[in-house]
Amino acid sequence: MADASSIANNGVNVAALVAAREELTKAPAAAQFKWRAACEWKDGTHSHSTVEGFYGLGQEQHHKKTFTFDADHPELFASEDKGATPVEYVLVGLASCLTAGIAAVAQYRNIQLRSVTATLEGDMDLQGILGIDDDVRNGFGGIKVTYKIDADAKREDIEALVAQSQKRSAVYDIVTNPTNVTVVVD
Amino acid sequence: MSRCLCERSIDHVVLERGEVAHTWRTERWDSLRLLTPNWQSRLPGVGYRGHDPDGYRTLPEVIDFITAYAQAISAPVRPHTRVTSVRRAEAGYLVRTDQGDWSCRTVVIASGAFNIACVPGVADHVPRSVTTFTTQQYRNPDQLPAGGVLVVGASSSGTQIANEIHRSGRPVTLSVGEHIRAPRMYRGKDLEWWMDAAGILDERYDQVDDIGRARQVPSLQLAGTPDRSTLDLNALTGIGVRLVGRLAGITGSGKAQFAGSLRNMCALSDLKMNRLLNLIDEWAQTNGFDGMVEPSHRLPPTAVEEAPPLALDFDNGEIRTIIWATGYRPDYSWLELPVFDRKGMVRHDGGVVSSQGVYLMGVPFARRRKSTLIDGAGDDARDLSDHLALYLRRNSA
Repeated sequence: MADASSIANNGVNVAALVAAREELTKAPAAAQFKWRAACEWKDGTHSHSTVEGFYGLGQEQHHKKTFTFDADHPELFASEDKGATPVEYVLVGLASCLTAGIAAVAQYRNIQLRSVTATLEGDMDLQGILGIDDDVRNGFGGIKVTYKIDADAKREDIEALVAQSQKRSAVYDIVTNPTNVTVVVD
Repeated sequence: MSRCLCERSIDHVVLERGEVAHTWRTERWDSLRLLTPNWQSRLPGVGYRGHDPDGYRTLPEVIDFITAYAQAISAPVRPHTRVTSVRRAEAGYLVRTDQGDWSCRTVVIASGAFNIACVPGVADHVPRSVTTFTTQQYRNPDQLPAGGVLVVGASSSGTQIANEIHRSGRPVTLSVGEHIRAPRMYRGKDLEWWMDAAGILDERYDQVDDIGRARQVPSLQLAGTPDRSTLDLNALTGIGVRLVGRLAGITGSGKAQFAGSLRNMCALSDLKMNRLLNLIDEWAQTNGFDGMVEPSHRLPPTAVEEAPPLALDFDNGEIRTIIWATGYRPDYSWLELPVFDRKGMVRHDGGVVSSQGVYLMGVPFARRRKSTLIDGAGDDARDLSDHLALYLRRNSA
């Protein structure tokens, strides 16, 4: 860990996060958020998704700009590969959530990060989605996340960062626990 | 507290819904032993004088110990007196009981934090073919039908119950959420000895960074094992208990779903344990214990199988019983004062409740890390009875 006189700077505004935590403790209604995405089919397996507005702190909110995401399947599935596959977006979501958490926790614990990289791999048996074997699930059999972290901290403090980040991660929770999903047709 | 009030010549009664040590008599399992060693159960004026200072009291011994203390200090106990309400009255408080009313100027809430067994919401979906017990209802394995048992919760109660049920020939699956692993013995001494000597148990509520969090930390996964062995997850998997993640849901078709976070739950727990052991090692070095006790060592990490099961089918009859070892909460249904936070816990500052003249004892980290231990009652009672006496003096004009 950095010595007491030096202040780590990972670019995370911890003071603001701590203040937000205190505010939302007092006003739990403001802590109710809704995250949204929209998706439009293009052609074949290609779709185009956008993320722009969300709800939180009691009102509608907007990102600074509209973010777009193209999803498709690779050519070996006879698709045109115009974007990452949807399951790769899941890996991206998990990686970016855990990584943001590591930066925030490191800042809170005054640990200076120099580099953080993660590689992710999800195992999938295609016999599931192709309907070849009903005993095989559609989704990942398991996900392996491997971090390489260079920081001013002992190995066990770095391991604690990664563990705490999992404990507080939304996407890690979504991936490791069941969630009710309701799909309707208007 | 009664003893401290006597020392200060403060007239009082102790209202007890049953007999002294009621919870120990009626709401705990047969084989439970105190998780602190005999020498550590120090109450004002009483230390351990027996021949087994390092042993752990059995349930009957705990009952005898508390009953004998109440007699020794001539505590003015009113047994079989159930408090039905406490509310504000003109000169203090009106305490209603099923044996008549009491008017008093001060009230000490010492009804404990472990009154009602918590059961998760998913319990509503358990199929009828499965028998369920809370840790409050469980007594011994003979109550259970033959067949597999799912124990939900891997703290102190869950691990002890999982151990004895599995040894009774009923294969146990243990659902593991947050818990804090701790070795029974460390460097040749009881972990409680180290925590006591190093002042960890004396740490005060106003010395920790975030008391709100400190009060929510699960208690250590410790057991009063007669052979002083460590009863952790590795010990349980060693006898064949199967570990699964936190119970996340039960589907309409009668399938239990477990979180895929078991590995991180165990990693967090190992890290927390090692931080505690580092603290002990630093204290031992600073205070000249190195060389006088066994050398520093670390326990092997908690072993988790490559792909722990994520689901369990109740339909196939493999699981016949569920034990909910998912913690307790206090029962304040009788406390009719505006002193609750949004989670229904009593707001207090080191045991001094926001309603004047009301005090709280025996809840996690009330004033000190040891506030929920028998050994913690004395110091908290001394502090709070001082405050109470001063309050009475100031308000007696």
